[in-house]
Amino acid sequence: MFESLSERLQGVFDQLGRKGKLTEKDVDEALRQVRLALLEADVNFRVVRDFVARVRERAIGVEVLQSLSPSQQVVKIVNEQLLELLGEPARLATAPAPPTVIMLVGLQGSGKTTTSAKLAVHMKKQGSQPLLVAADPYRPAAVTQLQILGKQIEVPVYSESGAAPPDVCAAAVRQARINGQSTVILDTAGRLHVDEDLMNELLEIKRKTSPTEILLVADAMSGQDAVKVAQEFQERIGITGLILTKLDGDTRGGAALSVRQVSGVPIKFVGVGERTDALEPFHPDRMASRILGMGDVLSLIERAQENFDEQRVLELQKKMKSNTFDLEDFLDQMRQLRKMGPLSQIMDMIPGMSKAMKQGGGDAALQEKELKQIEAIILSMTPHERHHPEVIGGSRRRRIARGSGTTTANVNQLLSQFRQAQQMMKMMAGGKIPKGMAGLFR
Amino acid sequence: MFQRFFRREQNDEAQDKKLEASVKKTRSSFFGRIAVLLHRTEITDELWDELEDLLISADVGVGTTEDLLETMRARFRRGEFRTGDELESALQAELVDLLRAPAKDDQPLLEDNLTVVLMIGVNGVGKTTTIAKLGNYLRSQGRQVMLAAGDTFRAAGVEQLEIWADRIQLPCVGSQTGADPGSVVYDAVAAAKARGLDTVLVDTAGRLHTKTNLMEELRKVRRIVDRQSVSSRSLLVLDATTGQNAIIQARSFAEAAGLDGIVVTKLDGTAKGGVVFSIVRELGAPVLFIGTGEAIDDFSPFDPEAFVAALFAEEGDES
Repeated sequence: MFESLSERLQGVFDQLGRKGKLTEKDVDEALRQVRLALLEADVNFRVVRDFVARVRERAIGVEVLQSLSPSQQVVKIVNEQLLELLGEPARLATAPAPPTVIMLVGLQGSGKTTTSAKLAVHMKKQGSQPLLVAADPYRPAAVTQLQILGKQIEVPVYSESGAAPPDVCAAAVRQARINGQSTVILDTAGRLHVDEDLMNELLEIKRKTSPTEILLVADAMSGQDAVKVAQEFQERIGITGLILTKLDGDTRGGAALSVRQVSGVPIKFVGVGERTDALEPFHPDRMASRILGMGDVLSLIERAQENFDEQRVLELQKKMKSNTFDLEDFLDQMRQLRKMGPLSQIMDMIPGMSKAMKQGGGDAALQEKELKQIEAIILSMTPHERHHPEVIGGSRRRRIARGSGTTTANVNQLLSQFRQAQQMMKMMAGGKIPKGMAGLFR
Repeated sequence: MFQRFFRREQNDEAQDKKLEASVKKTRSSFFGRIAVLLHRTEITDELWDELEDLLISADVGVGTTEDLLETMRARFRRGEFRTGDELESALQAELVDLLRAPAKDDQPLLEDNLTVVLMIGVNGVGKTTTIAKLGNYLRSQGRQVMLAAGDTFRAAGVEQLEIWADRIQLPCVGSQTGADPGSVVYDAVAAAKARGLDTVLVDTAGRLHTKTNLMEELRKVRRIVDRQSVSSRSLLVLDATTGQNAIIQARSFAEAAGLDGIVVTKLDGTAKGGVVFSIVRELGAPVLFIGTGEAIDDFSPFDPEAFVAALFAEEGDES
């Protein structure tokens, strides 16, 4: 979806890479390209303005100038900012008492009816009994369309000819309550955000059904106006989430970024096809990496990460030399390790640790669990204890075990591993590089 | 030649007012703001920046906006105008010029003999509603129209057009969902020939231009139409809310099924279809009609001057 934008940004970052150290001028030039690329991708021009300003602020500053590879820092910052714009993934809420009413709203042609069916399929998979409600009496054959879909996916469809949508919806919810259907999905008619009467109708539906979720269904190929639509629906009706449709096309999808940002509402699902199973949860990290491209730029970011880590290791070396390696540093290393994944060279650095990991069969989930446990234990320590682990006697160990939900045996094991790591550091500081570590300091 | 055929009548005031009213809504938005700020006498750097913002926010697109403003700046440097008002007029004229389709202008949409028009476009743009509107309009202009329900994929796609056909009393060739769209075309043409009709409007299923198999199907349908010894045309239906992807869409559809004209729909919203400028500029295909609502009469032949003038009209300006 974001391929063309990512190509464009890739071009920008390739340029940056070759320039070496960035001046303010270089950053501005690069950001001019970024701005163009984002506008061409249909990101709202105000959102682009803020984005570029924010990146500039972070890029022209101590971070960039001090770093060994400033261009990679800019890539990292753009990626981080894009992630921030796209927001956290969000789930569908459930009502405290069934049925959960989900109301779909949006412009004409955005894909509400197809999405309703997709949502019903999704809810079924989750063990819910959904009821679809045909609340569009205006569009020729709209009710028939939903009925046909309902038959295809074996979900009942509620409809009433001649009745006003708010009454239809209210009646459907009542029936769902009686029949024990746990989710009611209201497929409302497409409408303009500037159509007073139809927006009031939505308010009436909302009043009568108290939906837990009001989801704005928006076409991913929308242009600059997408934010206005989202804003209006948000202000007039109050929406709780967004569903972006038709993402299987090649639209650059800038609307996804802007609508999220401007409406303050999370994107909960994306539609990726016409079939009723073509609904996916929204993955902001996937989207961000699609914007930047999977090829050269991602490896650029990876290298930046490595460089950053290399600097941290150099700092660590300094600490080792001055013998100030403490549990904070240990926690830090653990977190670095987790970021790099189980194949990291640093794993081998920690005696006992790597053996435990290997015993786990290299199982990533198990390693993650162990790392989480270590993290919990260290976080249950006071800063003083982290800096001076030698003070951690019996009662402290018990307290730490309780606070981290582990046992004193776990705490003991960690402290012993840490002491071994400390000794390892001393060895390295003394000029003896243990096997497997050499590559790290290249 | 078709311009004469489709230019709105002098006495079609109701349509004029409707277009103006529907487009008037925009005056407090993008182009309206241009009009307001251009009434300053001085042309400053800030003014150019604001103009750029406004054009981009109207989906005109970065490339077209930059070219447009560069042209205006060059003309300003040459001393062609000095005040904001003059800049506005010049900008309007520039936009109208952009919209005037080259080359394709000489080819009429409809020939005297049986003309089959394929309505094509991505999902949700309003093809089916537009066919009904277009059929209704052409009948009022003296054509003998038949509709063909060629959307054999979408649930109730056929029924939707059949309901319209019944409402406006136009003959419609239907089919079953799942039937081959090519065979619908074949049947419709045969029926039209048998009844001596001169216009067939064929609905097709919405499809993303990125789906190669669906575009191949469309190619096939166009080939079938071409083989029917009729005049064949393709009309692309575009949603005014679409961003820059509309240009890629248009290019892809043009390659697969030919592009003889464009209909821009949903212009009654707040999106004002600024992408139209880029499309006409890049593809050289004329915008022939616009859709301004869900009712059968929410439909007008495209008049670039009226369109641009309405966008720039001031609040309360009755002209």
